[in-house]
Amino acid sequence: MDRSKALTLTVVFGLLAVMTGLTVAAVPLYQLFCQITGYGGTTQVADKPPEAVSDVEVTVFFDANVERDLGWRFRPEVDRVRVKVGEPTLVFYVAENVGTRTTVGTSVYNVAPFKVGPYFSKVQCFCFEQQKLAPGESVRMGVTFFVDPEMLEDPNTREVRQITLSYTMFLDEEATAELEQGAKGAEVSG
Amino acid sequence: MAQAAAHEHHAPSGLKRWLFSTNHKDIGTMYLVLAFVGGVVGLIMSIWFRLELMFPGMQLTPDPQFFNVLITAHGLLMVFFFIMPALIGGFGNWMVPLQIGAPDMAFPRMNNISFWLTAAGMILLVASLFVGGAGTGWTIYPPLSSQPYHASPAVDLAIFSLHLAGAGSLLGAINFIVTIFNMRAPGMTLHKMPLFVWSILVTAFLLVLALPVLAGAITMLLTDRNFGTSFFKPEGGGDPVLFQHLFWFFGHPEVYIMILPSFGIISHVVSTFSRKPVFGYLGMVYAMVAIGFIGFIVWAHHMYTVGMNTDVEAYFVAATMVIAVPTGIKVFSWIATMWGGSIRFTTPMLFAIGMIVLFTIGGVTGVVLANAAADYALHDTYYVVAHFHYTLSMGALFGIFAGYYYWIGKMTGRQYDEKLGKIHFWMLFIGVNLTFFPMHFLGLAGMPRRIPDYPDAFFGWNFVASVGALIGLLSTLLFFYIVWKTFRAGEKCPDNPWGEGATTLEWTVPSPAPFHTFEKQPVVR
Repeated sequence: MDRSKALTLTVVFGLLAVMTGLTVAAVPLYQLFCQITGYGGTTQVADKPPEAVSDVEVTVFFDANVERDLGWRFRPEVDRVRVKVGEPTLVFYVAENVGTRTTVGTSVYNVAPFKVGPYFSKVQCFCFEQQKLAPGESVRMGVTFFVDPEMLEDPNTREVRQITLSYTMFLDEEATAELEQGAKGAEVSG
Repeated sequence: MAQAAAHEHHAPSGLKRWLFSTNHKDIGTMYLVLAFVGGVVGLIMSIWFRLELMFPGMQLTPDPQFFNVLITAHGLLMVFFFIMPALIGGFGNWMVPLQIGAPDMAFPRMNNISFWLTAAGMILLVASLFVGGAGTGWTIYPPLSSQPYHASPAVDLAIFSLHLAGAGSLLGAINFIVTIFNMRAPGMTLHKMPLFVWSILVTAFLLVLALPVLAGAITMLLTDRNFGTSFFKPEGGGDPVLFQHLFWFFGHPEVYIMILPSFGIISHVVSTFSRKPVFGYLGMVYAMVAIGFIGFIVWAHHMYTVGMNTDVEAYFVAATMVIAVPTGIKVFSWIATMWGGSIRFTTPMLFAIGMIVLFTIGGVTGVVLANAAADYALHDTYYVVAHFHYTLSMGALFGIFAGYYYWIGKMTGRQYDEKLGKIHFWMLFIGVNLTFFPMHFLGLAGMPRRIPDYPDAFFGWNFVASVGALIGLLSTLLFFYIVWKTFRAGEKCPDNPWGEGATTLEWTVPSPAPFHTFEKQPVVR
């Protein structure tokens, strides 16, 4: 193969490698992008609530869904609250295991309309960790959130007065399987 | 004596000639045959579901999932195993070395494996039909394509099929790039290169940049389905919308991969039969480069309805509409090429003009759909089906037929029957327009895609569309006859059957083009 052909070949394979690398990198980059921009209604995480509280009130609705395989009942204690923009609020969700085995649940969440994502912040949330429930066990789980007053400055979002916070609780298959294995091991050794 | 033996060695016969072929013409021929098979199978599926849709109610696809399997296989076959192998593998392999005065492709053995990978991909796709079938649509979006909804291995087979066809196309694209950059005849600068070669060069770059993204996305889908990863599963922290982004980052360049070689062919045909050089050659070249570039930055216009914010939508609307500019340059340059020319309405010219008209209609509905606000209403309706069939089923397909009639004399040494060719054109023209134009009305009325049944109110135009599809089928049967007649009793084709308008190098070699051409490089001035 002459040298110019080899050079072209190298460049083209280089392009190929770059595109493959970008595709692999797309997965973490996409997650990072959503977290930073609040894309698709991705909520933000805040250390502490803002100092200024606005007089504007919004209604926050709570939505709960549960995957069939999990065997849980999952609902918010109240279906809506009226809050001042900027004011931190604590609400509770209740989960109850109505199935026959101990399972681990993990939740995914977002807000609607999606464009509010960057302005909806959680100080503390049960969704940051997994939940483990034995059959018949139930748990009250808190989420502390506030609506960032900057929402009222953004021309795209300043008209929003109703926000829906939605959770879907999924079965964490891996953690549940580990749990069952651990239980079996304990039985044998006991 | 020794020379004769060497020659013998270079021109094997029988099974060996085809199976181990390293000759660009033989490989091109095999690609054309593969495309022919893929196109016929895809056509049969389209006739099947057009007959189902001819009347309200469920007739020929009692199981709605089977309907979905048909439309999925139709889409994947037509894209990966008909249009791409015909235009790029077939005409590209045949004509690129001839048009640049090269003896063969840069890597003849790689060319062979490209073809056989594509063929194996087609076998896997057809095999998927026998293990339950993938009813996902050609876009294979999760969650529909994930394990709970498509538990059979059909989707896995379809994914492997795309892997193989993708690898084949990639190797082919690399081969084209190296060939075109390094093996042009002395004197043929990049700015003197025939437009078909330019179109293949741009297409090859699009393939190299886009296919790895598809390969990555479907590999992640495969591991999601089989190995418990959760790239696209929300329960594991993934996001199905990411798949849509990755798919369309490949998918939008893919539609230009399908249409650009057609643009190249049309340029030669229009110029030949107007007996004029192409108007605005450099503009034509850089319009293709611009289309290729913009093709990578407009992907989200396929997914306006996933919930993007208004600013992002505004960007994608504007960027998408920009594509109309280089496309317009091409359309007007073709018209300007014809302007004042001494036009001969031969079959390839009819197909070229038909392509220009119909592709422009598809382009106009594309500008309509580019508007996010309009797309919210038209997304996933028959309006979209009409739009992309005007660009592909008429743009790309008419380009393939134009190329076929233009070059068949060069490839086989026998000329097609002009009268039958013209009848073929008019039948197909009427057939596809009857099929796809009413779909605009159905889409505007709200008929959704990918559903086997519909309310009685949609009956009229669906009936018309199905009648059109049957006319298209008849025209294809006529095409079979034309092919048969060309091989059986076609007139001997001279070296250059088209006269002084045909200026590219393939017309300087004998017809049929001998097994080895340009062993001595021609000089271009």
